[in-house]
Amino acid sequence: MEKLQLLIVGNGMVGQRLLEELSRMPHAYNITVFCEESRAAYDRVHLSSYFSGASADELSLVAPEFFEQNGIHFLREEAVQSIDCLRKTAFGTRGTIIKYDTLVLATGSYPFVPPIPGHDRVGCHVYRTLDDLDAIRRDAANCRTGVVIGGGLLGLEAAKALSDLGLQTHVVEFAPQLMAVQLDEQGGAILRKKIAALGVQVHTGKSTQKIIDGDQQRHKLVFADGELEADLILFSAGIRPRDAVARDAGLAVGERGGVIVNDLLQTSDPDIYAIGEVALWQNKIFGLVAPGYDMARKLAAHLCQQSGEAFTGADMSTKLKLMGVEVGSIGDAQARSPGARTCVYEDGVKGVYKKLIVSDDCKTLLGAVLVGDTSDYDSLLQYMLNALPLPESPSSLILPSLEGKPMLGMDALPGTAQICSCNNVSKAGLCQAITSGCTTIGALKKETRAASTCGGCASLVKQVLESELKRQGIAVNDHICEHFAYTRQGLYHLVRINKIRTFNELLQQHGKGHGCEICKPAAASIFASCWNDFVLDPKLVGLQDTNDNFLANLQKDGSYSVVPRIPGGEITPQKLEVLAKVAQQYDLYTKITGGQRIDLFGARVDQLPMIWRDLVDAGFESGHAYGKALRTVKSCVGSSWCRYGVQDSVGMAIYVEERYRGLRSPHKLKMAVSGCTRECAEAQSKDVGIIATEKGWNLYVCGNGGMRPRHAELFASDLDDKTLIRYIDRFLMFYIATADRLQRTSVWRDNMEGGLAYLQDVVINDALGLSVELESQMQSLVDTYACEWKRTIDDLEALKRFRPFVNDDLPDEQIVYVRERGQKRPPRAEEKALALIEHEELV
Amino acid sequence: MLILERSTNTTWHDVCAMDDIIVGTGVAARLNGEQLAVFNTGSGVFAIGNFDPFSGANVLARGLLGDIAGVLVVASPVYKQHFCLKTGQCLEDPEISVPAYETRICDQSKRIQIRVDSV
Repeated sequence: MEKLQLLIVGNGMVGQRLLEELSRMPHAYNITVFCEESRAAYDRVHLSSYFSGASADELSLVAPEFFEQNGIHFLREEAVQSIDCLRKTAFGTRGTIIKYDTLVLATGSYPFVPPIPGHDRVGCHVYRTLDDLDAIRRDAANCRTGVVIGGGLLGLEAAKALSDLGLQTHVVEFAPQLMAVQLDEQGGAILRKKIAALGVQVHTGKSTQKIIDGDQQRHKLVFADGELEADLILFSAGIRPRDAVARDAGLAVGERGGVIVNDLLQTSDPDIYAIGEVALWQNKIFGLVAPGYDMARKLAAHLCQQSGEAFTGADMSTKLKLMGVEVGSIGDAQARSPGARTCVYEDGVKGVYKKLIVSDDCKTLLGAVLVGDTSDYDSLLQYMLNALPLPESPSSLILPSLEGKPMLGMDALPGTAQICSCNNVSKAGLCQAITSGCTTIGALKKETRAASTCGGCASLVKQVLESELKRQGIAVNDHICEHFAYTRQGLYHLVRINKIRTFNELLQQHGKGHGCEICKPAAASIFASCWNDFVLDPKLVGLQDTNDNFLANLQKDGSYSVVPRIPGGEITPQKLEVLAKVAQQYDLYTKITGGQRIDLFGARVDQLPMIWRDLVDAGFESGHAYGKALRTVKSCVGSSWCRYGVQDSVGMAIYVEERYRGLRSPHKLKMAVSGCTRECAEAQSKDVGIIATEKGWNLYVCGNGGMRPRHAELFASDLDDKTLIRYIDRFLMFYIATADRLQRTSVWRDNMEGGLAYLQDVVINDALGLSVELESQMQSLVDTYACEWKRTIDDLEALKRFRPFVNDDLPDEQIVYVRERGQKRPPRAEEKALALIEHEELV
Repeated sequence: MLILERSTNTTWHDVCAMDDIIVGTGVAARLNGEQLAVFNTGSGVFAIGNFDPFSGANVLARGLLGDIAGVLVVASPVYKQHFCLKTGQCLEDPEISVPAYETRICDQSKRIQIRVDSV
């Protein structure tokens, strides 16, 4: 049978999704694609990441060879100029003429530029394609200020992009509030405050009359009331469907644009379909990717005659992070439904605003607005989409969790509940994939595509996986690696109870094979936590991970950085001078760390012992920046100097740092001590935080900065020095005994059944009867502490490992540097060849 | 450098003593201007290139030794890819490998020698 000709006009996200869906099922089409841009489909949802580091390749949505492998005829940089519906022929802008049997319009939309005088001046941009972004980037290089016209979702994305480019950024919005489509007035106001705090100036209720030459800067925006100058202007005032070709071809279009489609996504010509942002369904344009994907999926099934599933509209709820501010909008955010009631939670201090819109009988959720904290988004969305019965008091769903929020159990969700809206994956779909063998998040994502577009549902997917595995009774393999059928906790107890001190013993008695880079460092860490033997002992050295292996932090060029301990961040000028001398002598790049220490970069492995000889002679000790161990105890100056300090925070920080220095643990440990409630040492972002009170110390635990910041929780109040230390001893040893490998205290705490109360019960009330043992274990580690570097530089055998080559004392000639801002740094790839030549000439 | 045996296109080089490598670790060595990583796993001595193609640094000698499903490997200390000690093949990427060299232990188990093929 001769194949039918399928012509797809447009290769954006939705057009590409249609191709992918078609490639997954048997069909009888020869497919041709017109792609107007020079690049095939890419991720427009994450477009702004192009300015924060992502490359065009990373944004691409097309697997290499996708078109070739699927026999798709791909016409790059060619748009469709006109369509002759009678003769079923399309004409390309470069002269290509294609006869089709079926045609799909996926031409998307274009940015609307209001026709104000001056809108087309040089330096006025739009924000839609990678080419637009390239133009903005080129232009921005010569600009200091930028203004985005439009304060909607896309406008704020664009503002982030400008501010990432280093421009002083303004947002001008015609409506009296930001994100008028998704938020209510109050939510918009909170968002505005938060964005202003990030340095972006917001001007609402401003109607731009014209754009003229500026006095100080390139442009001047003239408003009905006032004016604003800027070097670069970016229009983001909404989108319009790209329906010109369809219009000319005589297809029915909406009054305000958009190609009219029925439930099968068919236009007024039954052989022409439209999907994505060009399609107008029931007088609605869907400007989000998820409904577009849904259209692509349904149309593909329809074209392959696999199902007659109709397009039934889409939920326009959204959750996103705008300039670091979390924003969520669900359903009827403006409470327009008749009889709708609202309940509001607002925390003006933290800048959190949450509003529920519920039916007049308070039984079902109609919508929600979330600003500043979207952690409730996933469960609220499920309540709305599945019309789940609300709890007695719906406000409990948005109150802070310490007040006992009812959890939405995964078991309560029906199988039809949509978990991933981008890819339309239901709970039943996930469960089916889990049953068929996808028992890890990675496998589940690959199989179902859930959580692979915007990622917003990742935590829900994980919860479904966990609850389903539990329900099906599938044992989760928690073995540390293929060599040991134990968890880290299991190994810890085996080591401690059986007094095992070497990997060979552990492997022979409890494991198999040769070990690997997972179990060896874990074992080394456990040995150190239990016995505190010298980590470079010949029996232990082969177990140490990258950094522990040479007691320094490996950098990308194979050199190391050196961080001496500076307890509490207190250092004498004399010691600073020593650091300066060492850094000068070995030409080390020098940087102050976030933990009140000094990091010296660019030391070759053979230089480490000489550097440490000088440092040890001056009284420095290892800072263990290389270890999964106590790093620093940060402090503020406290009552010694500060007008507000109530306790000696530096003294306490030094005491704590010297007590726990060198303590090896499942992951790194950070601590801090603040001298008063102003909390200048940021102790609440640490694993252990100590904050002075009038009566003693408040102890906070399990905080974290980094990728997933978590505030530490108040563990105990007004402690005297002795009790404080006893609690920390017990807390740390309990963590070391029970945490997973590479599990920070924050995650350990989050996974702990019984939560903080249980932890307090164990540590404060001695519920497990372990206190004496935990304290004595810690005391033995404190008593056996020895500086690893002091020991190493006096150990001739250990020093042998620092030779550059076993048969040659010349250092690695391929470690070379270039200079920047008065210091050295590793050359970038394109600089390296030149740096090597220069280096050779010097030698 | 001590050259021990030369045939038409093969040379065995004496590199170091067995005692120079702590069991379960590696050392870097230079041969003919190339950098090698020489390991003693306890069950044998292996030599591969020291250059890590992923990081572009000469660091493989400092990686952790182990086995993945029975294949003896070193894990790069920078980004942790695994290289087979016998063949130099990267386990994560079939396109990538580092050179592998034949080794032998001589002189009453005291010296390590490595074979280098010259053109």
